[in-house]
Amino acid sequence: MSTPLIDVRNLKQYFPVKTGLFKTEFLKAVDDVSFSINEGETLGLVGESGCGKTTVGRSILRLYEPTAGEVLYDGVPVTAKNIGRMRQNMQMVFQDPYSSLDPRMTVEDIIGEPLDVHKLYENRAERREKILTLMDYVGLNAEHATRYAHEFSGGQRQRIGIARALAVNPKFIVCDEPVSALDVSIQAQVINMFEDLQVKLGVAYLFIAHDLLVVHHISQRIAVMYLGKIVEMGKADDVNYTSIHPYTQSLMSAVPIPDPDYTRQRHRIVLQGDVPSPLHMPTGCPFRTRCRYACEQCAQEMPPLTDRGGGHMVACWVK
Amino acid sequence: MESTNTFEKQHLLSVQDLHTSFFTDSGEVHAVNGVSFNLDEGEILGIVGESGSGKSVTAYSIMQILASTGKVVGGKILYKGDDLTKWNESKLDKFRGKCVSIIFQDPMTSLNPVFTIGNQLIEAITLHTDKRGAEAKARAIELLSLVGINEPERRLKQYPHEHSGGMRQRVMIAMALACEPDILIADEPTTALDVTIQAQILELIQSLQKKLGMAVILVTHDLGVIAEMCDNIIVMYGGRICERGTASEIFYNPKHEYTKGLLRSIPNVKDMKQRLVPISGTPINILNLPKGCPFCARCENCMKICLQEPPLEIDINENHKASCWMNIKAAFEGGCV
Repeated sequence: MSTPLIDVRNLKQYFPVKTGLFKTEFLKAVDDVSFSINEGETLGLVGESGCGKTTVGRSILRLYEPTAGEVLYDGVPVTAKNIGRMRQNMQMVFQDPYSSLDPRMTVEDIIGEPLDVHKLYENRAERREKILTLMDYVGLNAEHATRYAHEFSGGQRQRIGIARALAVNPKFIVCDEPVSALDVSIQAQVINMFEDLQVKLGVAYLFIAHDLLVVHHISQRIAVMYLGKIVEMGKADDVNYTSIHPYTQSLMSAVPIPDPDYTRQRHRIVLQGDVPSPLHMPTGCPFRTRCRYACEQCAQEMPPLTDRGGGHMVACWVK
Repeated sequence: MESTNTFEKQHLLSVQDLHTSFFTDSGEVHAVNGVSFNLDEGEILGIVGESGSGKSVTAYSIMQILASTGKVVGGKILYKGDDLTKWNESKLDKFRGKCVSIIFQDPMTSLNPVFTIGNQLIEAITLHTDKRGAEAKARAIELLSLVGINEPERRLKQYPHEHSGGMRQRVMIAMALACEPDILIADEPTTALDVTIQAQILELIQSLQKKLGMAVILVTHDLGVIAEMCDNIIVMYGGRICERGTASEIFYNPKHEYTKGLLRSIPNVKDMKQRLVPISGTPINILNLPKGCPFCARCENCMKICLQEPPLEIDINENHKASCWMNIKAAFEGGCV
C-alpha cells in the first residue's frame, strides 16, 4: 500500500483541569485515535459537541502539543521542530468567519500573510499576482483586495479564509465546521467550492462538522467520534446506511431529513440521557451508559476498532 | 388571496398584514412586511427562512416582546378575535404565559444563572396562576416530570449551570408550559443542541403538543426539523411570505423560486453525491429592500415585473399558496386567468 498523505497514529490529547486546590485531573479530549487520509481524499469527522473532533484537527496541525502519538505527513513525522515548514503542506479553515480574520487587515494582506511567512514570492508584483489568482479560485473579485473583512458577508469571509489556507498551496486542509455559521443557501456555494478546489488542486480535506447530511455529501469516508474515541469509520455510504455501532445508528436516525414522507415513517432510535462528562469517563466503552446493548464486557474494556469488511471499522463488543 | 371574511370560523390566532420595523441609526429597517397567517388549535405551524428573513421578528411581534427600537407599525394580531396590538402592558402580561408562551434558541442565556431552577420555575407559576407555596412547588415538580426530567425534587434545588443544554431547554419548556398556554412559540429551539439531544427535544415538543392539545409555532432555519414536525409551513424571505402550504406541498411541489432554490441547495437524500445547486448571490440586505419581490436579485427567472411590483399571493391548490410572478405568468399562459 502506498503511504497515506496523513497518518495519525494513537493520537492522545489530554488537557489538565484544576479540580481542587492542589488537584489536577486530565480531560481526555482525544484518546488514542488513529486514522489516515489519502491524497485528494475527504475524510468527514462527525460527533456531538465535546467529542474531541475539533481537537483532533488542531492537534494534527500542532496548534496543541499532543500528549502522545504521532502524525505523519507523507511518511514524515510532524514534530514541534518542523511544524513551521510543515504548515506549507497543511492548513486550516476555521468555523467562525467573523473571528478568524483580523479586522485591521485588508483582504490582500490576509491572503498574502502566509505568502510572507513562507517567503513564497520574489517581488511585489508576483505576490499581488498570486493573491489575485487565489481570489479568483474562491470567487472573489479583484476589486475586493483592498477592502476589510467587515465589509463582507459571512459566506464571502469564509471564501477569504479558504483563500488564505490555499495560499501556500497545501496538500491537506483541516476544515473545522467551515459551513456551520452560514445560511443554507450560502452553505451550498461554499461546499461546491470545496469540491471544485479538490478536483482542481488535488487537496485532501479533514472535514469536521456536525451536520451529517453535509458530511455525507462531501466525504468519501467518515469517522464517527464519541467522547474522544473513534467508534466507527468507513466509506460514507457504509457509515450512513449500514452503520453497525449503536451510537452511529442512533446518531444517523436522529438527523432530521428534509423529506417529510421519508422522515415521518422511519424508525428512530432516541438516545436517553446526556453525554457523560469527559472528566469522569465511564470505564470501558464510553458509550455504554447510553447504549441499549451494553453488557458486562463493555464496562471492563474499551472495544478495539476492528474491520468488518471493506475497511468498515467498528469499535463495539456486541455488534 | 388572503380573505378577511368575518363570517369564517374564528381562528385561535390570526396575523393580518403585519408590518414590524426597527428604528435604528441607519434608518427604518423593515423586518416584517405584510405577513398574514392563521393558526388553529392543535396545529403545528413551521416558519422557515434564513437569517434576516423576519421569522423571529414575526414571533416576537406576536408575543409583543420586540427590542425597544422595534415596533409593530401596521396590521393586526388577533388572538381569539381580539387585536392584541391595541392592548396595554398589564393586559399583555396576563396574555403572555397564559395564552402564548415562547422558548428561545439559547437555553444557556434564557435562564438566570444566580437563581435555582426551582426558584425560576416557581416564580413563573406564582406570577401566572394563583398557586402559592407548597402548591406552586408541587406544580413545579409536576412540570419537570412532564418534560422528562428525572428526580425533579433534586433538580429544583440546582442552578442552571449544573444542567446540560438539553436539560436547560427542558426546563425552559416546563416554564413555558407553566400555565398551559394555547400557543407555544418555539424560536429555533434546537439550534444550539446536538443532534441526539435535538431529537429528544423535538420528540418532547411533539408529545406535549398531543397531550396538551396546544398549537405550536416552530421557527427554524432547518428544513429537516420543519419536515419532521410541521403540518403547515410558511417560507419567509426578506420579511415577506414566499410560500405556504402543507409539508408535502412545500417539499414535493414548491412553487416559489426561493423555496425551489433552498431545496436544491441541501444534499439530496436519495442521491447524496449529487452536486448541490446553490442560490447565487448573498442574502438580502433588509436596510435596502427592493421595490418588487425581495428575492428578485438572486432569482434566475427574474422578470421585469418582479423588480417593480411585489408578487400577489395566488392559490396553487387548496393547501398551497405562493407569491411568485412565475405562477401568475404560467396561469396566464395556461389560460386559467
